Amino acid sequence: MFDISYQSLLAQLLVGLINGCFYAILSMGLAIIFGLLNIVNFTHGAQFMMAAFLAWIGFTQLPQWLGESVQINFWVALLLAPVIVGGVGIVIERTLLKRLYHLDHLYGLLLTFGIALMMEGGFRYFYGISGVGYEPPELLQGGFDLDFMYLPGYRAFVVVASLSICLLTWYLFERTRLGAMLRAGTENPRLLQAFGVNVPVMITLTYGFGVALAGVAGVLAAPVMQINPLMGSNLLNIVFAVVVIGGLGSIMGAIVTGLALGLLEGLTKVFYPEASTVVVFVVMAVVLLVRPAGLFGKEK
Amino acid sequence: MKIKKIAAALCFLGYAGASQAAGISDDVVKIGVLTDLSGVYSDLAGNGSVVAARMAAEEMGNKVLGKPVEVVAADHQNKPDVAANLAREWFDQGKVDMITDFPTASTALAVMEIAKQKNRVTMPSAGLSTAILGEKCSPLNAQWTTNTYALAAGTARALVKEGKKTWYFITADYTFGHSLEKDATEVIKENGGEVVGVSRHPFPGNDFSSFLLKAQASKADVIALANAGNDTVNAVKQAAEFGISKKQTVAPLLTYISDVHSMGLQKAQGMYLTEAFYWDYDDASRAWARKFFDKTKKMPTASQAGVYSATLNYLKAIEAAGTDDAPAVMAKLREMTINDAVIRNGKLRADGALVHDMLLLQVKTPAQSKAPWDYYNVKAVLKGEDVFPKPQAACPLVKS
Repeated sequence: MFDISYQSLLAQLLVGLINGCFYAILSMGLAIIFGLLNIVNFTHGAQFMMAAFLAWIGFTQLPQWLGESVQINFWVALLLAPVIVGGVGIVIERTLLKRLYHLDHLYGLLLTFGIALMMEGGFRYFYGISGVGYEPPELLQGGFDLDFMYLPGYRAFVVVASLSICLLTWYLFERTRLGAMLRAGTENPRLLQAFGVNVPVMITLTYGFGVALAGVAGVLAAPVMQINPLMGSNLLNIVFAVVVIGGLGSIMGAIVTGLALGLLEGLTKVFYPEASTVVVFVVMAVVLLVRPAGLFGKEK
Repeated sequence: MKIKKIAAALCFLGYAGASQAAGISDDVVKIGVLTDLSGVYSDLAGNGSVVAARMAAEEMGNKVLGKPVEVVAADHQNKPDVAANLAREWFDQGKVDMITDFPTASTALAVMEIAKQKNRVTMPSAGLSTAILGEKCSPLNAQWTTNTYALAAGTARALVKEGKKTWYFITADYTFGHSLEKDATEVIKENGGEVVGVSRHPFPGNDFSSFLLKAQASKADVIALANAGNDTVNAVKQAAEFGISKKQTVAPLLTYISDVHSMGLQKAQGMYLTEAFYWDYDDASRAWARKFFDKTKKMPTASQAGVYSATLNYLKAIEAAGTDDAPAVMAKLREMTINDAVIRNGKLRADGALVHDMLLLQVKTPAQSKAPWDYYNVKAVLKGEDVFPKPQAACPLVKS
């Protein structure tokens, strides 16, 4: 069972890190939304899926609908899809979610879960369940022959891009004036409003931003996994566990936990693959027992 | 007086019984397509299976023995309990005579038992487990299209004979994956090959790179995928991404044309697979598949084609038997040699296996493919008796 060479261990850790990057971006979005809105955003997986589909539609369908000249390539999609998904998120927040803020968490959870099911159903109706494929952009095709493994160029890009996005977001929330206001909003929205800050708009934009992060992850994931209506909900269970382990609402917690659990999952796949989805939840159970607020969360 | 009434009632009952034995019960022949209309198998079966059954009914002029033929459909959501309830309702109130399709074998197993009690026929097309032919086998059941053993055996034998002796399995960690792995392993060993490693992955999985890297490190000649649907699609794509499919042969043990369609030829090219049906095999299959394509804008999968063939031959057997009484129809089906647009040289065995020729296929390169859905080269026609499993002793219908 443990007869594994140093080299293949290194390869497995790298593969784990790549998955960890997706966990980190997705759980960071969830953490931001929960921090300010107190909403457990169950639509996150569907929004991730929607962005992946948008990238594919822009690349393969638009040229068919509107003529060869209208083609959205990967790089444009990486900017455009999150904006569209975030925009749809803002509409959802303005029309539906905002009515639920005075109620228990559970209502927000149910509403977002219902929206997720409807979005998945819609995409399944139009594109079927087998899904569609999306090629990495030409610039990133091919790969590097590292000593211990062949690293596809696109996967290397995913790591660099996600880590940059994570760090930028962390900087925005923890080190800027805007971030300070957002954090103040988490602590005491009424006091912040008394200082003249338009808290409802801030909340809307925060939801849009959190959802846009899911969109970024979705476009990044499009060339790595098959784009299908259920791709998000398959991931979401793990991502929720990441948020709980990291501490609800903690951005750094989400990033560090996302990456760490990606590595842990990668190691489990080497030594005992049958347990690779369970291991995350075992860690979650242990963390909840020892530190109920999560590794990076503050006890209230 | 009372005795007379009872006697009259008995006579009437006797008459009713007799009328069931010959002719059509309820004055209608109803085919139920019990399938997955919304879930993970809705592309390989689903609405396409319903269309296929309707095509078979239309081919018979929607009539058999002068009575109308109707096709009804329902979504069993891949849950045995839902399937059982729907089947009961269909048999008790819906006048349904035969139920077909059954993606996920557990739904077929649940309904077979009920059908046996109610004296109706089941014809699984997408339900592939060999458990259907085992301990729970039913005299009123025909596993029409194929089963996991035949699929695994076809591919495994062909590759071992080509000199690819060492195998690594990436297996979905549930009954279906295990049985696919077990069936293939048996054939590999029989033919002088060897299994050097297995990774069992949780179902469903998005990322297979860890398992693929392990399979790569094992230096096995063949990486066999004992999984299905999106798991297979993702594994194949990622094998191409990590440059693994260039040096080792990737062999998916259960692949439908809908899977290859969504992988794309770039990723899937060169793979070997075994299928009961490929639309571009001969004139008859092409003619039927084109009609199917006109209705659905997709080429039929083997499961969908199997639903067509099952329905068609069921209706023909009713015609030949002169009744829709289940045991009589099954006896006729066992007498017939099945040859249609889908099945070649088919013989229905006592345990319910339809033994027929299978196709060993290789996925074309993008350059070889002339048109959409032009995906396979037919490498060999595999004789039914060579690839279908021997009757299981556990099945009481098998005479030792």
